Amino acid sequence: MKWLIDLFSSSLGRKVVMALTGLFIILFLAVHLIGNLQLLKDDGGEAFNVYAYFMTHNPLIKIVSYVNYAFFIFHILWAIALTRKNREARGPQGYAIKNSKGIWSSRNMGILGTIILAFLIIHMRQFWGEMHFGSVPLKTYGDHEVKDLYLIVGAAFKEWWYVALYSLAMIAIAFHLWHGFESAFQTLGLNHMKYNPVISFVGKTFSIVVPALFALIPIVMFFV
Amino acid sequence: MKITLKVWRQKNKDTKGAFKTYQVDHASPDMSFLEMIDVLNTDLIKKGEESIAFDHDCREGICGMCSLYINGHPHGPLQTTTCQLHMRTFKDGETITVEPWRANAFPVIKDLVVDRSAFDRIQQAGGYVNVNTGGVPDANMIPISKKIADEAFDAATCIGCGACVAACKNASAMLFVSAKVSQFALLPQGQVERKERAEKMIAQMDAEGFGSCTNTYACEAECPKGIKVANIARMNREYFGAMLSSYEVSSGGGGE
Repeated sequence: MKWLIDLFSSSLGRKVVMALTGLFIILFLAVHLIGNLQLLKDDGGEAFNVYAYFMTHNPLIKIVSYVNYAFFIFHILWAIALTRKNREARGPQGYAIKNSKGIWSSRNMGILGTIILAFLIIHMRQFWGEMHFGSVPLKTYGDHEVKDLYLIVGAAFKEWWYVALYSLAMIAIAFHLWHGFESAFQTLGLNHMKYNPVISFVGKTFSIVVPALFALIPIVMFFV
Repeated sequence: MKITLKVWRQKNKDTKGAFKTYQVDHASPDMSFLEMIDVLNTDLIKKGEESIAFDHDCREGICGMCSLYINGHPHGPLQTTTCQLHMRTFKDGETITVEPWRANAFPVIKDLVVDRSAFDRIQQAGGYVNVNTGGVPDANMIPISKKIADEAFDAATCIGCGACVAACKNASAMLFVSAKVSQFALLPQGQVERKERAEKMIAQMDAEGFGSCTNTYACEAECPKGIKVANIARMNREYFGAMLSSYEVSSGGGGE
């Protein structure tokens, strides 16, 4: 099985880990967004709270969420490892004059990723941590007693600084996706003149629409 | 035209280099960039100073020997080799900064000369056809479509100058290696060793200490031969396919 280790420790293999975990996180973002959009439903948070209960209690979702956490961690660790290796390859002596060609986001994935990670830590502590370990007040719908996460989210989205931070993080995600979505396909070798325009269109649309909708929710909840 | 040149001077591999400024007072707009340095070097020799070392050979844009990182671009501002870059590209009185390629795998030997033998070792690892392909076949005897033949030929135009490595923020050699993998992967003559070629060349590329591609495509923008990044995707496919399905995984020549 040495070949398997060789494969994943090679320069190309490391990139595959980035691409595959990245694509999975893209899928996760889409699902997460659909869940979040229920916050805008005018029902005092019932749909969102029931959904949050389902997401934390369904055994299948639980397994997928553990895979998701693992993929996030892999994506971050591999990014750090790759960046270090790439810096080393570049060498200590830089150029006196730099005219970097290429799209800005493609050259700044590390910075964008760091902003997203910082947001992720705050975000996880605030909602995920509260939902799992905090003392969230309970609410009863029919014969179900569920945690009122809507209350926590609603309170957070009334803080101007949190809405600003959230929006800023979504901008970082948009730029990260702008490069990441298409880049993942290139890394996996999926470059074909028939499909490239489709991948490019879907990637660019996704990277604008999804973060924009994410950011729209706290903005709407802040003002309404 | 008058030109101010800021040139990287470095005695040898082990010493620290620094920029030195020179004046070139009688440059013609019709001179190539290398001819302009020739003129400067003649002046330096007359003054008893040491001339500036730089790589060059054919001066026709086909050998891949010339390098130079000029004003922030490998081979200068145009998408061509340095030998095909002419002084008319620059303004009279302009200050031009000339640096060697920068990459850990391309150590500076002297002034603007870097050691690009890492590319040779990658080629030696698998960038060839080992099996006897016979004499020159009659035209149209090998069934291959024009489009595929053109694609292979486009990849084969890579002159191995290293501009892709110089332009890449990660000093990745993937545009070069992918061109060399592609030119054979596309042709019938390259099929026999197709899998082990990809494995061996990429193993050697990693051993030389080149970085990973992060798809910024700076290489494609700077390549004097216009090698396409679609080749990198092909190389990735070749490599993953080879790693997952090849019989020979050791690079020692088999025997297990």
